[in-house]
Amino acid sequence: MTATTAERPTVGEHGRALTQRKRRVGDVVFKLALQACLLIGFAFLIWLLAYVLYRGWGRLDSRLWTNMPTSRTSRIDESGVQSAITGTLWVIAFTALFCLPTGILAAIYMEEYADTNKWYNRLLELNIQNLAGVPSIIFGILGLGIIARAFGLGFTVLTAAIVLALLVLPVVIISTREAIRAVPQSIRQASYALGATKWQTVSRQVLPAAVPGIATGAILSLSRAIGEAAPLIVLGAVTFITFNPEGLNSSYTVLPIQIYNSLNRPQAEFQEIAAAAIVLLLGIVIVMNSIAIVIRNRFEKRW
Amino acid sequence: MTSPTSTKVPAAGSNFLRRGRRHPIEGVVQVLLALAAIVSIATTVGIVVALVGPTVEFFREVSIVEFFTGTRWTPTISPRSYGVLPLVVSTLITTLIAIAIAIPLGLGAATYLAEYATARTRRALKPILEILAGIPTVVYGFFALFALNPILQRWWPGDGGPAFQNLLIAGIVMGIMIVPTVASVSEDAMSAVPRSLREGAYALASSPMQVATRVVVPAAISGIVASFVLGISRALGETMIVTIAGGLTSDRIQANPTEGAATMTAFIANIASGDIPVDSLDYRSVFAVGALLFVFTFILNAISIRMVRKFREVYE
Repeated sequence: MTATTAERPTVGEHGRALTQRKRRVGDVVFKLALQACLLIGFAFLIWLLAYVLYRGWGRLDSRLWTNMPTSRTSRIDESGVQSAITGTLWVIAFTALFCLPTGILAAIYMEEYADTNKWYNRLLELNIQNLAGVPSIIFGILGLGIIARAFGLGFTVLTAAIVLALLVLPVVIISTREAIRAVPQSIRQASYALGATKWQTVSRQVLPAAVPGIATGAILSLSRAIGEAAPLIVLGAVTFITFNPEGLNSSYTVLPIQIYNSLNRPQAEFQEIAAAAIVLLLGIVIVMNSIAIVIRNRFEKRW
Repeated sequence: MTSPTSTKVPAAGSNFLRRGRRHPIEGVVQVLLALAAIVSIATTVGIVVALVGPTVEFFREVSIVEFFTGTRWTPTISPRSYGVLPLVVSTLITTLIAIAIAIPLGLGAATYLAEYATARTRRALKPILEILAGIPTVVYGFFALFALNPILQRWWPGDGGPAFQNLLIAGIVMGIMIVPTVASVSEDAMSAVPRSLREGAYALASSPMQVATRVVVPAAISGIVASFVLGISRALGETMIVTIAGGLTSDRIQANPTEGAATMTAFIANIASGDIPVDSLDYRSVFAVGALLFVFTFILNAISIRMVRKFREVYE
């Protein structure tokens, strides 16, 4: 029960050794059925990727990122999604700027400082778990009612970035907490033994050790924010914007919104532009996911 | 071992020693950290405030009885009518279809990953599930409408196949979308079941299937149920798939899943994407439906949080 328990042999391996002779047909069928469940998911993924590539292939050229969107059918051949690409970059850069520091600091508070016996800290914990399950469109309503109208920020890059930051904040907090919790207590005790203060221990020992886990969570949550369309639709982003954002107070469009706009039009050409933009969006999201997975597998320490 | 970094250690150490007393920065840091944590509380308060004000205004003009019992939701067509049931019914239909797909597939995938797959297979398969979970929902909507629905229409037995937009295809695709959620939460629960329980069952000559279905699943049941509840909550709140592929009519209760109808989220997305004047009844109806959706998902989230907590208490 010592070091060997870290990589627990799966039941399959045990089972193979123990029941080899008496393996029944039912067991084989059961295992195949379980594999089929995974296979259906993977087949769906491959089909989806193949379909959007096939539909968007003809439009996957420089027109996509050098030209602006148009709603006019007569100019469909020169239409692109440049304003959506720059809009996505603007919005996501500020989303990251807002949500990463806030989320990481909040996670440090909850893991290292909060006394879990206090009612307000327990409330904080419940609140974050609940927020993680609130539908994204409700965050759009928060943005519409409070940020855009009551605060008077309007339908701008700034409003979109704040709404998306609040939307992914619980994800950042939860993943950062997990990364911090995985740093063993002995590291903290060693630091205290050397006379370090609490914040010195956290900032010089715990956080550096938790960086891979924090980075993984941060990338995954931003990749989720990039694909979000629902809250921005509520924020009135559904128009053909033909210019790049110039600042935080600028109007904007983003890739998911431009995709939604285009696929809503009856002409097949618009659907092809939507498909090409989807390929672009999926490319970004899959690259981000892959980076996160590589960081997790390669740099995460097993203590 | 004698890398340049090791020379830094004594310096840092002596630095620590000089600061024997409590450093003033400690207090500042603690306040900053607490402020960051308060942002999440402020978000919840903001959501409730944003929803309550316009919803109260809404119910000054529309009676609560009409809202909950009316069978026509036509805020933009006269005669205007504000019965939310058509939206609720189509939301329930898509959710039911989605979980009918997500629960067996998700639980099956989780059981395979937790009980059968070797560590190596698991490392290879889980990222693919994560990518499935990371696909933007607007992409799922596009795929449902243009790739899957034509196939459904072509192969539909009998005449009068599914409409161009319909609840069935939206529900099916939403089901696939939720599989990774159900799978990952269930798998966590199953992996947390102590190994001794499995070994005990094997010692009594159980087969792997018996161990999985009669020992591990019952032992992890509250975590598994939590994953189902979470899946239902995701399905209720999912917006883009139903807006794109599920249809937008709401002038009557549509119980036939092969027809299109607006869910609560699809209504919000659709009406908000048009130009609605602020302080109109249309504008407030968005908030009233939003409040109802928030209450539904809040209850489901509370149930799932409770069940996960109960499960943790048993095994951790």
